[in-house]
Amino acid sequence: MKKFDKDKLILGLAAPVLAIVAALAITSIIIAATGQDPFHAYEVMIDFGSKADSQVWIINKATPYYLSALAVAIGFRMNLFNIGVDGQYRIAAFFAAVVGGALTLPGIIQIPVIIIVAMIVGAIWAGIAGLLKTTRGVNEVISTIMLNAIGASIIGYFLQDGRLAEKEGNLIHTPYLPDSAQFFEIPTQPKPIYGFVVIAALAGVAYWFVLNRTRFGFDLRTVGRSESAAQASGVSVKRMVITAMLLSGAMAGLVGMPTLLGVSYNYGTDFPVGIGFTGIAIALLGRNNPIGMALAALLWGFLERTGTQLEFEGYAQEIVGVIQGVIVLCVVIAYEIVRRYGLKVQQRKVGEELAAQARKSDKAEVSA
Amino acid sequence: MELAGITKRFPGVVANHDIHLTVRRGTVHALCGENGAGKSTLMKILYGMQKPDEGTITLDGEQVTLHTPADAISRGIGMVHQHFMLADNLTVLENVVLGAEKLHGIGGKARAKIKEISDAYGLGVRPDVLVEDLGVADRQRVEILKVLYRGARTLILDEPTAVLVPQEVDALFDNLRELKSEGLTVIFISHKLGEVLSVADDITVIRRGTTVGTAVPSETTPKQLAELMVGEELPSPETRESTVTDVPMLTVDGLHLSATDSDGVVRAVLDGISFTIHKGEVLGLAGVEGNGQAELVEAIMGMRTPDGGVVTLDGADITKAPTRKRREDGIGYIPEDRHRHGLLLEAPLWENRILGHVTEKPNSKRGLIDIKAARADTERIVREYDVRTPGIEVTAASLSGGNQQKLIVGREMSHLPKLLIAAHPTRGVDVGAQAQIWDQIREARREGLAVLLISADLDELIGLSDTLRVMFRGRLVADADPATITPEELGSAMTGAASGHLEHQEDGEDGKDAKDGGDADPAEPAEKPETADEPKAEKPETADKAEADKADEKKSDKKSEKKEGGDAK
Repeated sequence: MKKFDKDKLILGLAAPVLAIVAALAITSIIIAATGQDPFHAYEVMIDFGSKADSQVWIINKATPYYLSALAVAIGFRMNLFNIGVDGQYRIAAFFAAVVGGALTLPGIIQIPVIIIVAMIVGAIWAGIAGLLKTTRGVNEVISTIMLNAIGASIIGYFLQDGRLAEKEGNLIHTPYLPDSAQFFEIPTQPKPIYGFVVIAALAGVAYWFVLNRTRFGFDLRTVGRSESAAQASGVSVKRMVITAMLLSGAMAGLVGMPTLLGVSYNYGTDFPVGIGFTGIAIALLGRNNPIGMALAALLWGFLERTGTQLEFEGYAQEIVGVIQGVIVLCVVIAYEIVRRYGLKVQQRKVGEELAAQARKSDKAEVSA
Repeated sequence: MELAGITKRFPGVVANHDIHLTVRRGTVHALCGENGAGKSTLMKILYGMQKPDEGTITLDGEQVTLHTPADAISRGIGMVHQHFMLADNLTVLENVVLGAEKLHGIGGKARAKIKEISDAYGLGVRPDVLVEDLGVADRQRVEILKVLYRGARTLILDEPTAVLVPQEVDALFDNLRELKSEGLTVIFISHKLGEVLSVADDITVIRRGTTVGTAVPSETTPKQLAELMVGEELPSPETRESTVTDVPMLTVDGLHLSATDSDGVVRAVLDGISFTIHKGEVLGLAGVEGNGQAELVEAIMGMRTPDGGVVTLDGADITKAPTRKRREDGIGYIPEDRHRHGLLLEAPLWENRILGHVTEKPNSKRGLIDIKAARADTERIVREYDVRTPGIEVTAASLSGGNQQKLIVGREMSHLPKLLIAAHPTRGVDVGAQAQIWDQIREARREGLAVLLISADLDELIGLSDTLRVMFRGRLVADADPATITPEELGSAMTGAASGHLEHQEDGEDGKDAKDGGDADPAEPAEKPETADEPKAEKPETADKAEADKADEKKSDKKSEKKEGGDAK
């Protein structure tokens, strides 16, 4: 028993270590191939990344990434690929901004109202894909990516002067949220950290708890592991697909909130896009594990932050994109290798144990 | 070709043991045996997909070692799998040359070659048709052609008739005779006795992983062959005393289910199914696989929604209840395919212990999983049901089939089911585990469990059941008394050759007393093949009362008989 647990721990650590070593080796080769010194690049990145303002920047950047990864991971845990987190968080943030801009309530009501609107809109948008999958058999990858485009068009339609938005200089955006809707900040130097990081951490805990400790989570993971076994065990697979999409969409609804409630206070043409896709990479990197994804989100922020600095040092800016891609690939491959190896080791051990037992019982029979 | 002393072990199971098989060139050699007897493993060894632990393979006097299917192909052995391996969206020509481009290219030369082979053996294959437009029989011919195209002189056909209708079977047999006359060797795997006898030149019978005999078709009756296949020894899983009560536990009334098959035709897979299982009763359901047993189980479990009929469990109508409710209400389920329906292969044992009973104690409390209790209970199951494992953290995939099954049985029994649905409970399970599983079913039955038992192992079925029903093409066509019936008699009803109430006749003379029961459909299906070899005839009789009498009589008979022999262990 104890021995197995130790093995499990070693195997668990082996995968990320293997991945990081492989990723560093490959990126070093690539940087070297461009005729530059890879080690100097790492030095620059570490130096710049460990500065106080960089750290604040990284944490603020990682917060929406983490929420996005959680949204993706909910789908992954039951074999659904919600590629539409991007569309879901944007349309959610947009309507939340519209509702928030139209109301003026005390913060204690205003903020929850905005967040809940975002979660509901995100859930509805993802739920459409779930409904299509269960009723018409439409693959969720196709439907969610289409819904991304539709969502963008809807936002484009409403985000015009005279419709739901107003013009300010070159920018068009929804009306500003009232001051009461501004989320608290954690006062750090030189810049504050968004208070929404607390919500993100809570979301991570909730994700872990619901999936690993509740019946519902067990059912959801069961569907992810084997739909046929889940059905035989009494889980309604269709209902689970819809529920998981709704949850994933609701989580996606939170992705835009750190920006909306902490920085921009409106949804404008400059609202960040593409976080949904980053979330996919981070969920893969973090293996759907709440802590793993948190580390992955921070790593992502770190790479983005320090990548800009590389440019000043004469490195190609694209190198960061390459590093990110290589890391994700290495992680996916390393985990698969380690998983297969672990399974093999386990099977061999079970076999050995059985053989030992068989020998023992043979002897026992002989002596009896 | 000669195989000598082949032995193959899998963790916990010996799949093949000391197999001897000699195939003469230019003959059709049938290999028959029940499901799980080890036929497929043997063929995989012959085709290089698995390596034997012991024994030798000799081809044309030369001893060979086959490492991969490519080795086998290069030595002229080809295999037609039961499940076709064709790409639907490619043409026949493309499918045939795929992977064998080097032989005759992919163009005109290949087409000419295909034509040549097709004409030589009367296969009638059209090279430019898309495979998706072909029927099952045509696809099979393409598979055969594919093998011949690669220069095979020995063809292995794994249960080739399982997917064919009778006319197609005849056509296939014509093809096989054609191949034979051209000097090719065919190894034909089947468990259908009639087919084997009609096409084979030699027959080798496998039982429980070893060759038990050979037969020459012209001198063998189906009965003798069946005896070889199932063995003449007394059924070991014998139930010693009857525990049947008068309290109905599961009542199925007029169950009807339609399904769309692969050709888009809607067929009734379950038709007018009615039966009752009482507390303490084991109802055995015999039938060739694919006659609706799996669908019936899934309908009772709530995994399929029937179009009509009522299912009552312990007095409560559960026809509309979802699967989870049915499980909570006390249906235990040992599924036919444990990997698909009974386990999460990549999950640890303790999570598998929760599977299917997540809402029940000790697995959860107020919506939360009680990991500690679930683990402790898994330890208990591992101990009490003798699951051979180093611990409960290993994944289910790393256990052998028998131990996986013991875990499932332990899990289902731990929730004290009222009704146990056991579909092939000992399939792929080694002998020791088999006896153990039988014991557990028997013990639970004594405590008032009702069991619906489905099995291809007729010994098991006859030995464990209190009542037997035969399923054929989605209907319950016959019933029998397990105390007197023999596997051969049951076997003939399974092929649709007999129906109504089957009764054993000692002299074997024209003595099949058949009645149309109230449960079996009164309007018997029109297709009742009169098999000449079967010493069984039918005398349809419609009196329902007689049937009821019969049933009562049977029950009491059995009770007394079994009590007499009643020294339980």
